[in-house]
Amino acid sequence: MSQDTHAEHHHDAIGEIKKVTIILSVLTIVELILGFWMIGITNPGSRLAIKGVIVILMMAKAFYIVAYFMHLKHELRNLIMTIIVPLALFIWFIIAFLSDGNSFRNLRNNYDSHFKEQSTIKVQPKEGEKAAEEKK
Amino acid sequence: MSNVTTASTKEAKWWNGGKSPFDVEYGKVMMWYFLMSDAFTFGAFLIAYGTVRFSTNGWPDPNAVFKSYPFAGEGTNAPLVFVSIMTFILIVSSVTMVLAVHAGKMMDKKGVVRNMIWTILGGIAFLSCQAWEWNHLHHEGAWWGLNPFINADGTASSTNFTNFFFTITGFHGFHVFSGVVINIIMLIMTLMNKFEQRGHYLMIEKAGLYWHFVDLVWVFVFTCFYLL
Repeated sequence: MSQDTHAEHHHDAIGEIKKVTIILSVLTIVELILGFWMIGITNPGSRLAIKGVIVILMMAKAFYIVAYFMHLKHELRNLIMTIIVPLALFIWFIIAFLSDGNSFRNLRNNYDSHFKEQSTIKVQPKEGEKAAEEKK
Repeated sequence: MSNVTTASTKEAKWWNGGKSPFDVEYGKVMMWYFLMSDAFTFGAFLIAYGTVRFSTNGWPDPNAVFKSYPFAGEGTNAPLVFVSIMTFILIVSSVTMVLAVHAGKMMDKKGVVRNMIWTILGGIAFLSCQAWEWNHLHHEGAWWGLNPFINADGTASSTNFTNFFFTITGFHGFHVFSGVVINIIMLIMTLMNKFEQRGHYLMIEKAGLYWHFVDLVWVFVFTCFYLL
């Protein structure tokens, strides 16, 4: 098939596509396994660690999609930098805003007694009530 | 299209004129610039979601909210199942899009048509799944301004949860929809031999960039709302 010889000529594009597809699928499956595993875990430290791993896997997926599916890896360095450098702003964007949100929560807990109280009052789940009624 | 190796960047004067700094056609550069702006929009939305979530003491457990799928019974408890299917549908449609672009490079019209059809079907399947999810949640009482779910720690939740969910998945769904429309137009143009006449399928590549961006955003949205 002429497609094969052309593929060989262009750094085996089909092979690369297959490889990246498998990598993306595996990364997704691992993420989902971690998600399922987390369901049974209550320790906040463990949960945070698993979430950290999920975030790293997510960044790996993003890399493979942008680099191979969107072909950025094979473009000139100028174009790669045009994309990567502004997106690096996100690193600080995320850190700054999440820490800001966290600070807001701490300030409210310390100085807004109503806010802190709300987090101690348990409510009856509406779903639980509905399900309990339907079972009768 | 010659791809100048990056090794020669030392001697080359990229910005003095007479040389293409990106060596990529204008339309493709513009699509990348647009995708950057869209990335900042979605990034801002997701960071806003993170900020609000971090500023609250409690938040609903996604596994207690998103736990059903079509034709399942009332008390189904199957977290992550339906969203996994949605994620794989979008990944596969991205793969068929890559194959369409590749077929375009080979000037293989039949290959482009076949793979564009699969990509469009994948997009429609994803939209159908998302529509079902929205409808299901709405029937449980969720909507903008309405949150029937409680926090994971048993306390009362706010409408922030549903507001963010519907807004961000709504924006994403709208992008999927517009992507499907663009892909249909691409398919029609291919069938009408527009690209054969032009001698290149570069338009398919540009549509491909948009479609992959849509998949990329879903990777982030799905992780933030369903996993983290």
